Amino acid sequence: MIQAIAFYLFAGLMIASAVMVIMARNPVHSVLWLILAFFNAAGLMVLVGAEFIAMLLVIVYVGAVAVLFLFVVMMLDIDFAELRAGFIKNFPLGMLIALILFVELFVGIVAWNQGHITLGTADAAAAATGAESNIAAIGALLYGRYLAIFELAGLVLLVAMIGAIVLTHRKRPDGARSHQNITRQVMRRPEDATVMKQPEVGKGVDL
Amino acid sequence: MDYNASFALVRPELLIGISSLVLLLIAAWGEEKSARLVSWLAVAVLFVAGILLVPTLHDGAVGPQTQAFGDLFRADAFAAFAKALIYLAAIGCLIVAPTYFERLRAMRAEYPILVLLATLGMSIMVSASDFLTLYVGLELNSLAAYVMASILRTEGKSAEAGLKYFVLGGLASGILLYGISLLYGFSGGTSFTVVQAALAGDMSTGELFGLVFVLAGLAFKISAVPFHMWTPDVYEGAPTPVTTFFATAPKVAAIALTARVALDVFGSQADAWRQIVIFASLASIIVGALGAIGQQNLKRLLAYSSINNVGFILLGLAVANAAGASAMLVYLAIYVAMSLGSFVALLMLRDDAGNLYETFADVAGLSTTRPLLAWALLMLMFSLAGIPPLLGFWGKVVVFQATVEAGMVALGAIAIAASVIGAFYYIKFVKVMFFDEPAGVVTGKSGAGHWAILGICALLISPLGYLLTPSLGDLADKAATALFPLM
Repeated sequence: MIQAIAFYLFAGLMIASAVMVIMARNPVHSVLWLILAFFNAAGLMVLVGAEFIAMLLVIVYVGAVAVLFLFVVMMLDIDFAELRAGFIKNFPLGMLIALILFVELFVGIVAWNQGHITLGTADAAAAATGAESNIAAIGALLYGRYLAIFELAGLVLLVAMIGAIVLTHRKRPDGARSHQNITRQVMRRPEDATVMKQPEVGKGVDL
Repeated sequence: MDYNASFALVRPELLIGISSLVLLLIAAWGEEKSARLVSWLAVAVLFVAGILLVPTLHDGAVGPQTQAFGDLFRADAFAAFAKALIYLAAIGCLIVAPTYFERLRAMRAEYPILVLLATLGMSIMVSASDFLTLYVGLELNSLAAYVMASILRTEGKSAEAGLKYFVLGGLASGILLYGISLLYGFSGGTSFTVVQAALAGDMSTGELFGLVFVLAGLAFKISAVPFHMWTPDVYEGAPTPVTTFFATAPKVAAIALTARVALDVFGSQADAWRQIVIFASLASIIVGALGAIGQQNLKRLLAYSSINNVGFILLGLAVANAAGASAMLVYLAIYVAMSLGSFVALLMLRDDAGNLYETFADVAGLSTTRPLLAWALLMLMFSLAGIPPLLGFWGKVVVFQATVEAGMVALGAIAIAASVIGAFYYIKFVKVMFFDEPAGVVTGKSGAGHWAILGICALLISPLGYLLTPSLGDLADKAATALFPLM
């Protein structure tokens, strides 16, 4: 009973906040609604017993991705009203895609229920025993059987980091204007920067 | 699993990985001044890694004792053969890079490190025996390659090449991953052994889809028609040393990977994928031959030439037996020598100020201004065209022989006809160099490193190279047997 209540609470809140993500006028509010949707999705994951994915949703999506979204939305000058202008025009296309997705889901579920799809059985070494928690099982695989690949994935991230720095970092020539030189600013005296002039009446000043 | 035994098997990869991290530290403190030093150290590292391969290559190692990390990684003779080619090609590309970038004041100490990391990725690709290893290796290589393509980021063409390569490479990875996920779902594992066992006998529709998607994703990486569209643009836009790299090492890695996946994992379903490979092969040969005809830019021309060559290599794959695989490896080795030589020769088309030239108009009458370079290019072009005394002919012969022996005579005949069409533009290149009015722009001298690589490549493809064919054929046979352990 309590599970059913929790499910409908999380699911209902998630759909409502997902609707608000696209309906909210202010893009910052959209991102905040998105965070709420992620939290509810995490709740649903806990209900189906996938506590690790629930934690990942909160840590990775809420903690990192959504915050990044917020930064991007706040820093970039995007005209969201203009982006939304095509909504009515593209509405039929969107509905068509939604319909296709729905039909695919429907066909897939029916085919699965009637036993027309035979999936493979997980090979013994990777299959979960059910005796340990998800996190322990994932950890054992990640740092045991797949340790080598895990380390290699680290190298892939290193390459991404080197790449980002190589492609964006540039050395500015010394004394360039864009650099703030605090010592020079403090050392600057009024007499270096200002000149007293007494122009004659009706004449300008040569600077 | 026994980590000590595993580490012993992955010694070349460990060496490259650890030394790239150390070199990164040198680059971080030494900055641009250390670029040359880092380059030479990277060359030394790859050389030592290549030496570490010799025992595996020589013994023709196969079977369970080559499996590392619980069958994630297979350091067998086939992998060693591909790795040897990859390391040699990468060494060549590292040696010619500094001169090019220093002229543009764009030599970064990170460049050789990216080459090393890309090489590590390729090394893992060709040794993969699990779809996870395959994908991680592929991404390690691709990610480094995207950065290298756009390393001259202030130049529009280089940035464009990087972006195109990135977007299309990402698309290819997506297709590949989709195929892998289907195979995983229908077979229950990502390991090559598990998938291979699941595919034996009748194949379900889901598995067939997985197979097709995996092959399509890999076809992108080897730029086989119909997934070749990015090649001319990326090859033209990327800085020439980077193009040299793209045309050699990653191509070897992707082809070796495709061969392992097709012959090992999908080995029992050869009839299912053979028609795909035959189509890709013939289409590549024909598109590569026809597309090159109208090109004015020599880098674009060589891009089409590489598409054409991939077609011939796939011809060896389509045979789907040990003889075909061996022929494919022999062709691959000869292709690396021809391709490396041609691109290094392009890097030597410079004027007195060091500016590079890369169109037909510029090489007109090259034989009067730089006769030695013109003769080297003549050999390379004739070899690419497959004209008899040169080694390129031998590569084509072994592939055709394997095709005909397997009873696919029509296939071989079409390929030969298309290679005659292809000969047109190679001969046009030679005609422009030797019989046209000298344009007189290519007058500059090149360093000893360039001459050494060009000389070695020219020597390998010259008739003298035939002295090597017995040992090359022997090594290729050993490597090919590693893919067919039961025979």
